[in-house]
Order: sequence, then C-alpha cells, then structure tokens
Amino acid sequence: MKITKDQVSHVADLARLTINEQEQELFTKQLNDILMYMDMLNSVDTTNVEPMTHAMEGTEAFREDVVRSSLPLDAVLANAPDDDGASFKVPKIIE
Amino acid sequence: MEYEPVIGLEVHAQLKTNTKIFCGCSTAFGAPPNTHTCPVCLGMPGVLPVLNRTVVEYAVKMALATHCTINHVSEWARKNYFYPDLPKGYQISQYDRPLAERGYVDLDINEEGKRVNITRIHMEEDAGKLIHDESAPVSYVDLNRAGVPLIEIVSEPDMRSPEEGAAYLRRLHEILVYLEICDGNMEEGNFRCDANVSLRPKGEPAFGTRTELKNMNSFRNVQRALEYEIRRQQYVLESGGTVIQETRLWDDARGTTLPMRGKEEAHDYRYFPDPDLVPVTVADEWIDEIRRTLPELPREKRERFIREYEIPAYDAGVLTASRAIADYYEQVATRCGKPKAASNWVMGDILGHIKEDKVEMEDCPITAADLGNLVRLIDDGTISGKMAKDVFEEMWSSGEKPETVIKKRGLVQITDAGALEAVVDEVIAANPAQVEQFRGGKEKVFGFFVGQVMKKTKGQASPGLVNEILKRKLSGS
Amino acid sequence: MESHYLTVHELEELLRAGETTSLEITEAMFRRIDAVEERVHSYINLMKERALEAAEASDRRRRDDAALGPLDGVPIALKDLLCTTGTPTTCGSRFLERFVPPYDATAVAKLRAAGAVILGKTNMDEFAMGSSTETSYFGVTRNPWDLERVPGGSSGGSASAVAAGECAASLGSDTGGSIRQPAAFCGIVGLKPTYGRVSRYGLVAFASSLDQIGPLARDVEDCAILLSVIAGHDERDSTSFPAPVPDYRDCVGRSIKGWTVGIPREYFIEGIDPAVTAAVDRAVSVMKDLGAECREISLPHTRYGIAAYYVIAPAEASSNLARYDGIRYGFRSPGERELLDLYRNTRAAAFGSEVKRRIMIGTYALSSGYYEAYYKKASQIRTLMKRDFDKAFASCDVILAPTTPTPPFKLGEKTDDPLQMYLSDVFAAPANLAGIPGISLPCGFTADGLPLGVQLLAGYFEEGKLIQAAAALEKALFTEQRRPAL
Repeated sequence: MKITKDQVSHVADLARLTINEQEQELFTKQLNDILMYMDMLNSVDTTNVEPMTHAMEGTEAFREDVVRSSLPLDAVLANAPDDDGASFKVPKIIE
Repeated sequence: MEYEPVIGLEVHAQLKTNTKIFCGCSTAFGAPPNTHTCPVCLGMPGVLPVLNRTVVEYAVKMALATHCTINHVSEWARKNYFYPDLPKGYQISQYDRPLAERGYVDLDINEEGKRVNITRIHMEEDAGKLIHDESAPVSYVDLNRAGVPLIEIVSEPDMRSPEEGAAYLRRLHEILVYLEICDGNMEEGNFRCDANVSLRPKGEPAFGTRTELKNMNSFRNVQRALEYEIRRQQYVLESGGTVIQETRLWDDARGTTLPMRGKEEAHDYRYFPDPDLVPVTVADEWIDEIRRTLPELPREKRERFIREYEIPAYDAGVLTASRAIADYYEQVATRCGKPKAASNWVMGDILGHIKEDKVEMEDCPITAADLGNLVRLIDDGTISGKMAKDVFEEMWSSGEKPETVIKKRGLVQITDAGALEAVVDEVIAANPAQVEQFRGGKEKVFGFFVGQVMKKTKGQASPGLVNEILKRKLSGS
Repeated sequence: MESHYLTVHELEELLRAGETTSLEITEAMFRRIDAVEERVHSYINLMKERALEAAEASDRRRRDDAALGPLDGVPIALKDLLCTTGTPTTCGSRFLERFVPPYDATAVAKLRAAGAVILGKTNMDEFAMGSSTETSYFGVTRNPWDLERVPGGSSGGSASAVAAGECAASLGSDTGGSIRQPAAFCGIVGLKPTYGRVSRYGLVAFASSLDQIGPLARDVEDCAILLSVIAGHDERDSTSFPAPVPDYRDCVGRSIKGWTVGIPREYFIEGIDPAVTAAVDRAVSVMKDLGAECREISLPHTRYGIAAYYVIAPAEASSNLARYDGIRYGFRSPGERELLDLYRNTRAAAFGSEVKRRIMIGTYALSSGYYEAYYKKASQIRTLMKRDFDKAFASCDVILAPTTPTPPFKLGEKTDDPLQMYLSDVFAAPANLAGIPGISLPCGFTADGLPLGVQLLAGYFEEGKLIQAAAALEKALFTEQRRPAL
C-alpha cells in the first residue's frame, strides 16, 4: 500500500473536499495504482540534478510602481454568490 | 531554578509603494471595501501576477541596512491554505531561497550593547481583511489589502528579555521609517510583530518548547505580552507542567495571552516554487545602485552628531529621532556655527512648537536657515537671548525672517556704551537709597539696577554691557 | 457556397477578392453548427449575436478600405478556458457554469484585434484534465470521424469543431498533449508553441509551468497564420518571452533538403498500434524523399515522462484550483453555516471526479513528508528530459515521432482506469515538460477510416522550423481529400 484510506481522507481534508465512503474507497485504490506507477521515478539517479521548476529561463518581467485603475465595484461583485453590495459574505468566522 | 527566556521575533512590515506587489491597484489605506481590487488581487481564473520593481528595491534597502547577504537569485513560493481573506487559496511568498539572509542589528542596550542576528528577509503579499457582523452570523470579506507588499524580517532567537525584544523592535522600526520604505504605523497594521518565546534553565544550551504570540499591536503590548508569557511559562514549568507548542493571542484588555481558538489542525502549507513568477534576479550593479541611495542610518547618525557637533548623547538621540529633524538640525548648526545652541533651539523651541501645534516636521514654518541666522544674531550680540524668544514666536506665526522681525519691531540691542552710561547714571541718581544698600554690602540689589536699566531701554540694552557699566559705577569710581 | 471546410487562407483570399463576405461565411458556419452540433457537441456556448455583429463590422471595414487585420472576418472558435468578457468561461466545470470574466485573455484580445469573428466556446475536459473530453460537466464531445469514439482531449471541442466544419480554426491549450492529441484524433493540425511564446494571461490555469495556448486548424499554413497573431511578449505574463514574432507563414513552402530529422527510438514502445507505426514509417520515407536525413536518436528519459508529468501537473493544479472556494465567484453550496462546510461541500459538488482525483494526487505529492519523493524528484527528472532534448537538437533540426500510441479510442473505454487514460499522453507530455514546441499533423487513416497523426518537435522558439518541416511533409503526404461522413 502506498496510501491508506486514512491518508486519503487526510489529503481530502487538506484539499477541502468532502468525499463519501464510496469515493474514499475508489480514490484509495486508484491513487495506489497511480503512485505505484510513479515509483519508477525512484529508479532514476538524480544526485546533483537541479529541479526544473520553470519551463523557460531568461525572462525578467518587472512592473513599474504606477497605479492602474481598479475594477469597478459592480464588476468586482458581479460573479459573487453572496454579497452586501460592498463585500463578499461568508458564514461567520470564529477566530 | 532560574530560567532564561529565549525570544525570537518575526516582523511584517508593509512597504510604502504606490501599488500592490503583483498588480496595479492602489495601496492607499481607508478606501471603501473592495474598491482597490482587480482580477489579479481578486484571484480570478486565468490571471497572473507581475512583480512590482519597487518592492524588490525597498526590500534590498532593508537588507543592506541590516547587513544581510542578498541572494542574487531568489525564488517565489506558494504557501497553500484556505481562508476567506486569501483569494487564491495560497499566499505568494518566499521559502527556500529568500531575498536576503544572515544579517544583524546592534542595540544600544546596557553598557556593552547587544547584537541580534537576522535569519532572513523575504517578500510576500498581504491578505485581505475580514469584518465580523455583530448581529448576524456573517463575516464580510474586503480584499483592498490583499496583495499589498510586505517584507518579513525573521530574527534568530537571540533576545533574552522583553526589554531586548522591545529594543530590537524599536530599532527595526526606526530603520524602516528612516529608509522611508514603511510608514511604521502599528495601529494601521503596517508594522506587525509575532514572537516566539521559550524558557530554559539558565546555562542549559538546548531550547525549551516555544509558543508563538500574535496580536500585539504596539511596542508596549509586545513588551507586556512577552513579560506575561514568560511568567506564565515559568509558572507552568515550576508547577511541574510542560509548555505546549501552540499559538497564543495577546488579549490587551485582560493583559494575558490565550491559546488561539478554533482549528488547531496541523498546518501543512505545501510550499512549492510559484510557476507563474520567474525567479528574482538582483545583480550586483543594482545592489550598488540601491546602496548609493541609502541614507545614513539613525545609529550611525547619532554617533556622528556626538563626534562632529560635540553635543551630548541625549541631544543626539532626540535630534536623530527622524530624518527630517536630523536634517533640519544639521542645517541650523552649520548655518550658525554653534552646534550646542542650535541643539537647544531645535530640541526645545522647534520640537515643542511642533508638538503643540501638531504639525509635521516637514511643514515647520521656520526654515533651518532662518533659525540658524537667529542663533547667529544672538551670538554676535545683535539681539539678546530674551529678545530672540520673542522674535522666534513671531517667526513661527508669520514665517518671516529674523532680520525682518527685528527691524519691524525696532528690536536692535543697545550696544553703544556712551548711551548706556547715561541711562545708568540716571538710574543711580534716581535711587540713592538702593545705592547705599548696595555699597553697604547688600549685593542682591544689583538685580534691581539691571531691571531698572532694562526697563528704561525697553529691554534693548545688551545685558553684558549693562552689567559691566553698573558694576563699575556702583563700586564708586 | 460550401464554405465550412475552407481553410483560413482560402477564406481570406475569397474575402479579399470580394467573392464572399464575412457575414455570409459566418452565417454558413452557424447553419453548419445547427446541422451537426447535436451529433458532435463541439461547443459549450455559442456567441451568435456578437459573431454576426463582428462579421458585419469586418465587412464594413473591408468596404470602407479601413485597416484590416490578418484574420479579418474569419470565424474562429475558442476552447472554453480562454477568458472572454461578456460570455461565460466555464472550463467545462459546474463550478464556473455562470462565471463571466470581466477581461479577455491576451490571446483572445489579439484575435479580436486581428479582426477574427469569434463563434463560441468549445467543449473540453473539466479544467483541461483529461484526454478524451469525457470529463466535461456539459457532456461528451464525439469524434466527427466516428461518433462512437472520443475526439481526444482536453481540447476535444476545439478539434472536433475544426474537423466537423463548425469553425475555420480554433484555439486550444496544451498542458500534456491537449492540442496535439485531439488534433491527431480528429485528422487536423495542432500546434503547441514553446512555453512563453504565447501569453497565458486569461488562460485558466491547469498546470502553470506546462500550459501553452496554440492553434488547431485544417492545415499547417493556417496554424502559422494564427500563431503569428497570438504570439509575443505580454506585460501581464512575466513568463512570456520578449522575443520578436516572425511571420511564420513565410516558413511555409520552403524546402527542407539537407535537414536532419531525429527519430527517437524510445517512442516505438510495446503496445503502440501497428497502424500508428506504419503511419510514422510513411512520414519518415516522405521526409527522406524531401531530401532530409532521418537518423535514429535516443531520448533516454522518455519512459519517465508520464510519471513525472502526473506528479507535476496535479501538484500545480491542486494549488491553482484552490481559488475555487465559492466566495468571490462561481458555484456555492447553498445554505452552509460553517466556513469549513462551505469550502468542502462547494468543492465536492462543483468538481467532477477526475478533477478531484488530480487535486488529491497533487495535494499528496506536495504534502509534508512526500514533497522530496514526488514533486522534487519529478522536477529533477524534468531537468534530465530537457537535457535529452537539448542534446538531440544539437544535431537534429526536428524530431519526428508518433503523436499518440493509438488511433482514437471508444467513448467510455478508459474512463474507469485513470492510469490507462494517462498513458495516452505518453508521446505528448515530454514536450511540455521540456517546454519545447510541437506540431501534430494528419498522416493517413487506419483501415477503418480513423485519422492518424504524426508529431514534429523542435528546439526552443524554433516554431519556424517546425512549420517549415510540417508544411513540407503535409504537402508531400497529401493524397486525397477526406471529410468525416456527418
């Protein structure tokens, strides 16, 4: 086993996904298959190999510190599922 | 058992740029909710961050001012967690390769001083703000602050007392404000501090379990929170308990720290390099260019003032409290050539009036050149120190030059010995009884004669000259 | 006039000669869409009204001798992850079903500026996660050549729309083969540019270090025309490259005599369909006839491509998709009283199972204790794969290889076995990992009449070479004009 049902449930928590028991079962099986396949990566010697995190080097893009117009408030809120005309609304957060 | 506190501080300073770190929205404080937002800082689908050059420049300034090594290539990383004030579900920050590492600041605390080492300085974006409804089970999300640039300055756990913690914080604050890269307003949240605190038996090299303190929004609160937390941990340890690693919030009203409520789930931020942003390259030429723009920092300035102007350490401290005051003082001192007198005028009269009238040093109605001239006019005897106070008042209210005020009021000091001798003769002749007393040994009466002469000359007589003539005449020659 | 199978450059000529109008062409396109869309389902949303207005505006410009763009009046379709103001951009997801962006993607803005008439938004795998367009929330797209088969994915709708005559050309995006594989499956040309050649601004991200926008079209020349329009540096994408954009159309019709073509031996693996091998063999012999030297080369890390890709892409995706939280836009699970429930239930209801699966893989690969073994290891292998290509392009002008190991597969054939689905990207993903450009072009048919594709790869920013070689090969391979029997 590369990943247990409990781990699958922990990962779902981290990713903020509710998964039902059936999905937990299925994902555990499928993730195990996929992670087993990925085991082949361990057969490659990568000593002293820099990881490649960007496909392209040599670009350097800075923006000058000049104010550009923001979005009009109605456009900011146009797609919001719940708002009060000024802010986005969420269930009360207890800190 | 005697315990020793071990304190490390993490400071978040908001950089004083015009625009956010990754988009062109304004960073101005106090706008109506969500009016300083755009697709980028709202985290809409498909948009991309583009780095504000000034953010890097300011961060490099702070790194240089704190003697850090600047990494020529630093990298952006995503810190992943869900929270409604974090629009993308991750904060763009720096992790493995921060902008700068391994610096220090020196504190002028007790005799030998104290060096606090800085682990790293990195750049990151701020989150938005949540407003909690008092009457309904709702919170409101305002993203104006989302994407405002921050630098995080992480110290080594080098501090051993709340006083050292507070002194370190004041030093960082002073440098940031001097560099003009941060407003340093703790109430508006543009200078924030979290602390890591642990105790260990004195002499023990290993650290104890630490707690993280948050929510301290003034220098005073930082010191109070540290003091409280040290006492709390000491109590826990002395009563045989163990300190739990946790985050605690400072409660200003109660004067205590309390464990953070809600989900204490283990954080797993899943940092990884941000593919949307290329690594930040800071070449030596750019560093040199920025270095050339660095102002003299407060500590160096203080030392130079003491050395160069031969003024007391106390004066040097007051005069270097801000760049504007220091610059002003230097101009006054240079103009009049009397550094100590200049110091007295700036510290007393100028700063007093500034405070009283609630104006900014930058808006001081008396120019440094005019104040310098005023001091010179006292020095060369044109006016007396007493007259100068009146002239100063008028200069403050009208903004006029000292020469103009003096001329307008006809305030020129009488330095003509012949004219003064006549006045002295008159006074002596008019007060024979007092003359007798004086000659009989009652020297206190001398002040009476000075007063009479000043009255007759409307205060315009040169006090030195009056003294000299009076002494001569009264001693009966 | 039957204009729906004409190429972009043919339409352009007719328009220039005054033999037709953009309005005629556009109306004919919508008639064609009406006729076949029920069977093929290429589109998620059509933009008919705006398209007709744009066509009329183009005709007016032409009448008034106003300045014309290189695509003036030409009907184009967009994969539905390219943001368009005023029209929903769904990414094939329930989450964004009603999301209307307040901005155009840079590539879309460039198309509009070039005079293109945008017909609508094409179907795709949800958030581009899939190789068959079966994971779309809006239903499957069918392959115009065989309605029982998939069009490939994730840009399946963009490919089927071109193949079925529902647009002149389209834009798609390619993260691990998502342009080239559907192009091969639908018998058309699809080009993935060098990473950084086309701005990603307004392209809804799947895996940010791999995604590139590119054209799908009826021939290589059309791809060249579209690429010249959409390529170039963009101040809003700091990973876009500040290199000048040549007119790629100039590369069409040039000889490739004396060129060296590398044939990577690792691309001829067990399990590859004999029809695919035969098609590639044919392309090799045509290349030789054109005077190119074909030489076997080795790209030794090819076999690790899929494993590395399916670590890196889901890792980036798990972070990219964190913004879909139901707070600022998109779907929200109704009636939630707790924040945690709002997050978990919104995401559970709005994402399909393939998206969830990849978020899970990616979250796991980045999580504490596994980062080194998965994400970092895969990124190191990515370096090795890039080095393989660097070495190959030191001695080759282009590389020729199969685009996919098989012809188009049946609907539902691989949906229960994610790993088998992932393996269909085996020849496509290496180019994304390295960041190099690739093009897939038709290379004949199976005995059952299913299209086959062959792929050419070139070095960084060598799209010119790619187009030159692909155009030469296309011309020499061409024997008969076949259309899907719709």
